[in-house]
Amino acid sequence: MREFIDGTTAIVRGALDAGCSFFAGYPITPASGILMQMMRDLPKTGGVAMQGEDEIASIGMCIGATLSGARAMTATSGPGISLYSESIGLAIMGEVPLVIVDVQRMGPSTGAATTVSQGDVQFIRWGTGGGFPVIALSPSTVAESYWLTAKAFDLAERFRCPVFLVTDKELAMSLTTVDVSAYGEVSVRDRETAVGGPPHTYQPSDQVTALHEYGQGEPVRFTGSTHDENAYITKSPPVVNALNRHLIDKIEEHRDEVELVDADLDPSADTLVIGYGVTGGAVRAAVSTSRAAGTPLSGLVVQSLWPIPETAIGEAVQGVTRIVVPELNVGLYRREIERIVGDIDVIGIEQIDGDLISPEQVLEVIG
Amino acid sequence: MSITVTPLETFRTEDPYPFCPGCGHGSVLDSLNEALVMMELDPAEVVIVSDIGCAGLSDQYFTTSAFHGLHGRSTTYATGIKLRRPDLTVVVIMGDGGTGIGGTHLINAARRNVGISVIVMNNFNFGMTGGQHSTTTPEGSITSTTPGGNLEHPLDICGTVGVNGAGYVYRGTSFDKDLPQRMVDAIRHPGFALLDVWDLCTAYFVPKNKLGRKGLDTTMEGLGLDAGVLFEREVAEYTEAYREAASRMGKRHAPVTIPIEYESGIDEPLSIVAAGSAGARVRSAARLVGLAGIRSGLWVTQRDDFPVTVKAGHSVSQLVLSPEEIPPVGVSVPDVLVLLSEDGLKKVGEMLEGMGPDQLVVALPEFAQVETKARVELIDPKGWTSRVPKAQFGLALLAAAVVRTGMFPPEALRAAAGGPFEAENVNAIDAGLGLAG
Repeated sequence: MREFIDGTTAIVRGALDAGCSFFAGYPITPASGILMQMMRDLPKTGGVAMQGEDEIASIGMCIGATLSGARAMTATSGPGISLYSESIGLAIMGEVPLVIVDVQRMGPSTGAATTVSQGDVQFIRWGTGGGFPVIALSPSTVAESYWLTAKAFDLAERFRCPVFLVTDKELAMSLTTVDVSAYGEVSVRDRETAVGGPPHTYQPSDQVTALHEYGQGEPVRFTGSTHDENAYITKSPPVVNALNRHLIDKIEEHRDEVELVDADLDPSADTLVIGYGVTGGAVRAAVSTSRAAGTPLSGLVVQSLWPIPETAIGEAVQGVTRIVVPELNVGLYRREIERIVGDIDVIGIEQIDGDLISPEQVLEVIG
Repeated sequence: MSITVTPLETFRTEDPYPFCPGCGHGSVLDSLNEALVMMELDPAEVVIVSDIGCAGLSDQYFTTSAFHGLHGRSTTYATGIKLRRPDLTVVVIMGDGGTGIGGTHLINAARRNVGISVIVMNNFNFGMTGGQHSTTTPEGSITSTTPGGNLEHPLDICGTVGVNGAGYVYRGTSFDKDLPQRMVDAIRHPGFALLDVWDLCTAYFVPKNKLGRKGLDTTMEGLGLDAGVLFEREVAEYTEAYREAASRMGKRHAPVTIPIEYESGIDEPLSIVAAGSAGARVRSAARLVGLAGIRSGLWVTQRDDFPVTVKAGHSVSQLVLSPEEIPPVGVSVPDVLVLLSEDGLKKVGEMLEGMGPDQLVVALPEFAQVETKARVELIDPKGWTSRVPKAQFGLALLAAAVVRTGMFPPEALRAAAGGPFEAENVNAIDAGLGLAG
């Protein structure tokens, strides 16, 4: 059996199947479909969906609800991520599991609401002060939109941090045919909770403490300021250092648990095309066209944008003399590839006119 | 067996407050403590949500649960907490700074009447950051940022939330003897409650403006603002109303799967672009063709382009139907272009230029002169035997294109046309099929 379905529907379904029980968002093209479907369906599953008075209120409600036991998601586009900025920091600092969907559209500013873009890939990584790590997944198909959304909920619990699902206008709003067997199953871990004791621990620095939720019998403290393990504000340098190292190490030392790529490698190929999101479609099509014409070509579609899947990329570039990175932005992810691959020639395809990159464009660059 | 619960004597920690000598915040917090003691609550079931500035230090001095968040956003966290756990007692403490920067959150929380209580410790300036003026600074007052006297009119917090539906609104000062009882009333109110409690900032506002206890009252009078309980209305508690409404909403939307019942007539990908006007059902017509393709075993993608407005300007749908699974990549030169309106024509100029004799344009008669090397087939609605509304021309012309390309049997399109507009859709499809046939 097949479906004619858009990424928006797949994201909402993935969230509900992953146990999402709270959603708050503010209307913005091209993410409004997620808000509307959540308002329609989440109450029917016993959850709560809210339209906030703005993006700031929406993500604030999500953070409050999470600490009361909800598994929460919000969704917006680039201009809304701008307004989420301070609360992304709060969720990082307070170790709040939260899924944030960014349906990218053309920027900067209001840009073009119904025009595709991949311009937020660095923005979501560095979108709040401090430079602390976040996790970001990026689907390249509608089926991936489903299971990566569920995966985002899983990782948010695992690492107690905001996890972005980075998609775009085309993937969210275009209809594609999906065989229902392609959705895949993701096992989403239950939330680990604890009652009593410190709500945070910093030693060992990579260890994540079970979430303490309100109303479970013992008072629970939470703060967005630098805090000790009991969530009391402190400026003590050793404590602040331990807190900050913990926020970094809990993710950076477990990158292998996040790394997700779809690698289609041909050992005899001298060229590797690396893409992500909607551009992943062009990567896969170019690889298949090139091979059909008798020219070996390798393709890598990155599904976990942040942290950068350095191990998988490192393996994929073995024996390759040239890397092509097509993106609907000014080479924002290419710079990360360049940083990782050393002397290998990295060629970018940068498209910022609102059109998609076609497989032919990729093949033309490869020559 | 009976369990005897001994009411707590205090919800305060043993730590003394960090506030300046004479600051009013301590006595406001003492009143809150008294209120919580009077209500005999479980500290774990009480969440004090605090803000930024001196008021934001408050939660650390209570043994309750606490949420210390970002400046002005406390009502949003409180709303989320209460929506998820309506049984918890959620008390927000903010200053006049948080009131200003979070004004929209306050107004909207009041409108919604989610059952949270907000205590504003209003001392007319930003104490922690050096005594700058706030939205509640009275006109003429001297602050570090209004050295010549404040030129701005102060915000009437109570009036603002009151006229917008708040369930319970009180204005008073930190010296009010009945403040603990008013806090109990506020917390017990099922809707949104706000207490605007004026107090003294002895570090900045008091020395610069020679304000004392009496001055709080005379300032209030001078501004024409009343003290006491200003609004008290019966309101539906939001979380209860929400759950009630949700219980009437039925079941979660189920996936619609499509059976494969027909055979496609193509062995290579085929692209169709329908170019028309927004509001003329171009997207839904294209979707029906897509559904019919899937019913015929094809893999279909549909990419739509339209302006941000809804019923004005162009609407262009790109369909790719393929025997193999394909990603949604753009169409630069379509195999078939269905031309429906001037709005659509403006968007597909380049496509028309790129098309050649192997490609087909299906158009309404008004586009007879369209410049293209593609074959042009004109479909004239005047020739249709049944009346087809203009908004269905797209579907009729697409039906004609289905026949011309043989991409799938016409029955597949009829089968896909089900739903609320079935009769209308089938009528348009048959008109298109008849003319093409």
